[in-house]
Amino acid sequence: MATTKPRILPLTKRGLNFEMLMWLFTRLTALAMYGLILIAIIGALIMGARTQMNLADVLRWGFMPNSSHVQSTEVPDLAPWSTPFWKITASVLLLIAVAHGVHGLVVIADDYIVSSRGRNIARIISIIMVIAFSAMGLYILWTS
Amino acid sequence: MILKRNVSLATALRYKGQGPYLTYILHRIGGLGMAIFVAVHILASFLGGEIGGFLNDVYKNWAFQIFIFFCALFHAINGLRITILDLWPKLLDHSREAIWLEWAVFLPLFGIAVFVILSTALGG
Repeated sequence: MATTKPRILPLTKRGLNFEMLMWLFTRLTALAMYGLILIAIIGALIMGARTQMNLADVLRWGFMPNSSHVQSTEVPDLAPWSTPFWKITASVLLLIAVAHGVHGLVVIADDYIVSSRGRNIARIISIIMVIAFSAMGLYILWTS
Repeated sequence: MILKRNVSLATALRYKGQGPYLTYILHRIGGLGMAIFVAVHILASFLGGEIGGFLNDVYKNWAFQIFIFFCALFHAINGLRITILDLWPKLLDHSREAIWLEWAVFLPLFGIAVFVILSTALGG
């Protein structure tokens, strides 16, 4: 495979459109989610150390730092787990994850839906999904 | 701009794309699995009540936990590989090696997780 050279075009030749921005968005949000989940796992290790929190509970908190995720564990006091810092971290993670995930669904749908009418319908559904799941998630995070 | 696919499903299933194709299709299955799980999970938390309770019982099942952790871990590690190779395109020369490295990271982590899930579920 040494003969094939990767084709690297400068940005001016590639063009700057919505699909290209979403391509970049997908990669950058992947890195952002790594960062946010790492922050949440470190937080769980610090706050749960005294109660010898188990691996599953640390990871469950890591994937979404919402206080209801540690409610059924042996954590004696939920107060440090429901501070504004964690609510904001969870909200940012939620918004990023919903946008990343729904865009992924659109990419998959585009592989199987070939008519432009069908693709437009898929896009409208995807916009409704982003708004609906972001709103429901934020409601859960800030009222739990 | 409309893509035309002149390939039947049967032909598509017989496609032998080897390692890179395997990561592509597992990335897609993992992403879909997580999207469905997270959507149902948000809906269940939002609605609460009996529906939420029933869905929580599904999540507690060890088989479901192994499946969803496979989705999350593979999608995360494969996504990191894609991100690194795409943002630093010179590394694309080593794309095959990157896939081997990816499996070397994924398999031990997933193995530990499966062990922990099974020993909790079956051992008590």
